[in-house]
Amino acid sequence: MDFNLSKKHLLAQSLYRSFTENEVKPLAIEVDETEEFPRETVNKMAKCGLMGIPVPKEYGGQGCDVLSYIMCVEELAKECGTTSVILSAHTSLCIDPILTYGTKEQKLKYIPELASGRKLGAFALTEAGAGTDAQGQQTKAVLQGTQWILNGTKCFITNGKEADIYIVIAVTGIVEKRGTKKKEISAFIVEKGTPGFSFGTKERKMGINGSSTYELIFNDCCIPNENMLGAKGKGFGIAMHTLDGGRIGIAAQALGLAEGAFDHTVKYVKERMQFGRSIGQFQNTQFQLADMATKIEAAKLLVYKAAKAKENKDSYSVEAAMAKLYAAETAMEVTRKAVQLHGGYGYIKEYEVERMMRDAKITEIYEGTSEVQRMVIAGNVLK
Amino acid sequence: MNKMDLQEYRGVSIYAQQVDGQLSRISLELLGKARELADELETDVTAVLIGSNVKNLVQPLAQYGADKVIIIDNPILKDYRTEPYAHALASMIKTYHPEIMLVGATAIGRDLGPCVSARVATGLTADCTKLEIGDFPINPVAGKEQKHHQLLMTRPAFGGNTIATIACPNHRPQMATVRPGVMQAMKPIREAKAVVVEYDPVFVCNHKYVEILDIVKSVAETVDIMDAKILISGGRGVGGSDNFKILEELAAAIQGEVSCSRAVVDAGWKPKELQVGQTGKTVRPNVYFAIGISGAIQHVAGMEDSDIIIAINKDENAPIFDVADYGIVGDYKKIVPELTKQILNLKMAK
Amino acid sequence: MKIIVCVKQVPDTKGGVKFNPDGTLNRSGMLAIMNPDDKAGLEAALRLKDQYKAEVTVITMGLPKADEVLREALAMGADHGILVTDRVLGGADTWATSSTLAGAIKNLEYDLIITGRQAIDGDTAQVGPQISEHLNIPVISYAQNLRIEDKSVIVKRQFDDRYHVVKVQMPCLITALSELNQPRYMTPGGIFDAYDVELTVWKRENLKEVDDSNLGLKGSPTQIAKASDKVRKGAGEVVKLDVSDSVAYLMDKLTEKHIISL
Repeated sequence: MDFNLSKKHLLAQSLYRSFTENEVKPLAIEVDETEEFPRETVNKMAKCGLMGIPVPKEYGGQGCDVLSYIMCVEELAKECGTTSVILSAHTSLCIDPILTYGTKEQKLKYIPELASGRKLGAFALTEAGAGTDAQGQQTKAVLQGTQWILNGTKCFITNGKEADIYIVIAVTGIVEKRGTKKKEISAFIVEKGTPGFSFGTKERKMGINGSSTYELIFNDCCIPNENMLGAKGKGFGIAMHTLDGGRIGIAAQALGLAEGAFDHTVKYVKERMQFGRSIGQFQNTQFQLADMATKIEAAKLLVYKAAKAKENKDSYSVEAAMAKLYAAETAMEVTRKAVQLHGGYGYIKEYEVERMMRDAKITEIYEGTSEVQRMVIAGNVLK
Repeated sequence: MNKMDLQEYRGVSIYAQQVDGQLSRISLELLGKARELADELETDVTAVLIGSNVKNLVQPLAQYGADKVIIIDNPILKDYRTEPYAHALASMIKTYHPEIMLVGATAIGRDLGPCVSARVATGLTADCTKLEIGDFPINPVAGKEQKHHQLLMTRPAFGGNTIATIACPNHRPQMATVRPGVMQAMKPIREAKAVVVEYDPVFVCNHKYVEILDIVKSVAETVDIMDAKILISGGRGVGGSDNFKILEELAAAIQGEVSCSRAVVDAGWKPKELQVGQTGKTVRPNVYFAIGISGAIQHVAGMEDSDIIIAINKDENAPIFDVADYGIVGDYKKIVPELTKQILNLKMAK
Repeated sequence: MKIIVCVKQVPDTKGGVKFNPDGTLNRSGMLAIMNPDDKAGLEAALRLKDQYKAEVTVITMGLPKADEVLREALAMGADHGILVTDRVLGGADTWATSSTLAGAIKNLEYDLIITGRQAIDGDTAQVGPQISEHLNIPVISYAQNLRIEDKSVIVKRQFDDRYHVVKVQMPCLITALSELNQPRYMTPGGIFDAYDVELTVWKRENLKEVDDSNLGLKGSPTQIAKASDKVRKGAGEVVKLDVSDSVAYLMDKLTEKHIISL
């Protein structure tokens, strides 16, 4: 077992760090305040290959592993939660299911556009009445000739209005399993601009304010049959498996937020003088920092382990759930302590940790709340 | 080089940089330093003047300390080009054997110096801020000859984080490029005369002669405060956007730039690009004027590495005075305009 | 077209500086990066590659660990990397360094050599011009801009108060300012590929037409007499005077420090 990053990964890390330092950090406060999607940054990420890191070269990607992608999300999140989730949703929730379940034609049609960053991806599962409970799905797709007619509304969709390619989960019928009737769920690839596909409310949020979170409205939206992703009726499995991967991305985002807040705090406590010495010299500060550092390290090991599991295993639900649960809760705790150690300055927007604390909260919620992660983990423990 | 050869090298030479027939300031600064070194070595100072139609510059060189001026005057030398200039200076060295050769660390000298040093196969120390005569090794080392009367060249390295003193004990000449603005020109002696030697190194055009297609004299552009050598920085104590005029006038007079503290940006008096401090930029100019800046740690973190910090503040308890080299307790509105006026007067008088 | 870019791995000076007892730098104690001016030079070469399909070879002299900058250069798009490393080359000043690099370059074909103007550790700006001397080719230092025209390079050469546009015949050597361009980022795929290729490693015996007396610490005409950290200054002085005396005091200090001159 080797806990050291390879030279490849270290160099990739230095790339992500300098990209974040130069291109992401200077805009972080502005992105939060204006709530505007950082399109310029995404274009720059595309230019240096960050939009298709774990994608094989034959599909126009970078041909790197999951860990090197996860580390990119982590580094971006150290300075900007918004930018990191844009990458995570794009890669884990849109590219990954097409790569995993798509036909050769679908891959050739969509992956090069997505991996190059010419197009942005999104994933639409959640509805007003269906979050964790996927059986609550109301969005329906009905086959008419060679086309599926899609009707319904998805909500809280990351990259909502900014994406070009969407993975949309919809009910395609009712099936009977062991005497009970269940909704049959399928997945579709939907392109922006398809007639009948429009955007509803832009959500105003506590954090990750620049990520474009929208309602997607489908009103007799016609999807060609060849855009069904995976087999008919396999949509639930696709969604769950996709979320397993997505959770590693969110775990990396949470890890990055924690590390970013921690770095800002270490710098601050060395400089901030009270009672004639830096507050870093007080034992309370030291103990808090020790706990923060330890939890961050533990979270990192879980996140990297989950990334490795995704690389090497068919099923990585438990690893992903543990990583997300622990990293998200660490992010929340560390950012909260970071604000506290900053004192009054911590509550001021210019000092960054205020935003990080708001950004951190969502990591305990989206792509499965911490409670859902515990259900996944417990389910495995008791099976 | 063996000992005999080393002894053949005598005298202190400087490259008398001129541009468009005007002596560059650095030439006079080099003469000032060369004079000191030559006096200590009991030898003389030679200025090497390279250009086209530059004979009229002999007199000022004599007045500022040259005992001898070697002129290499040729139309081919009208504008600076590496090859003819390097050939000229290298040939001079091979002919006249100076023991010390000083060149300004200007955009010209930092091209000419290395080419010449390579051509005459000696060492070159870049961008020196201090030159003195001493022993090498500085302290005697068992089993190693301690050489006397060596040129000890001191220079900052690592972006100013360190200082190194360098010698060139076994090669001649001992060459250095010298940072402009550090050495002091001597008071000119009006009636001074120098021996003038016209020297022709013979120029033969070859593949290394480049063609100058255009020469564009630069107009000042807005500079990044991180690049500024002098910063006039204002804080909340400046009192208002309009009052920054006072700082801008000083900046213009002293060739500096205006920067500010966070309070000023927050008040909307100045844009964020000019902010110094933890949430702004980190600067390390030669001189940092902190005017009406209290000196919160967040500000100090961004400027404490400045070479010289001058603080002007009404509040004598302001923490800025803890980091300032020179602190003035007083009203900047009165002090700064008067300072600007005196600096301008001085410039006019020149 | 064949381009050689010389790069140096330098300690990131933001992190403070450490020395060995003999006065040479303790590079292992500091974070290592590609020298910024060199990176601009590499970017200039890569743009020529994009434009004219030039072949870009990156060469560095240093410890075995300096292969990192070559990997970085490859990850940005360079074609080949050559590491010149040998114990006998250690402790070199700019003369010995330029002799070494020139000795390595003599093995290669080239139309254009690009180096950074200066490295952030030494700040000397000497190695580039000195290499050109050893190779007997023209040099243009301080390039702010460059383009190719037939067998020549047109360079915007910066001076203190002007710039020259000069035309120089290839083969030639250009030293690049970081203002030359904004270097591209590596790509993740480029990084993975860079670690899959073999770098060329050259030792002393691979250097052409260079005498031992010009290499390493022993071949360095300049020697360090003393090196030290910058002395941190103590508390300064604070005066409380009337306006005219305050101004006189400041004029005095500014003159004394050569900020203004009488």
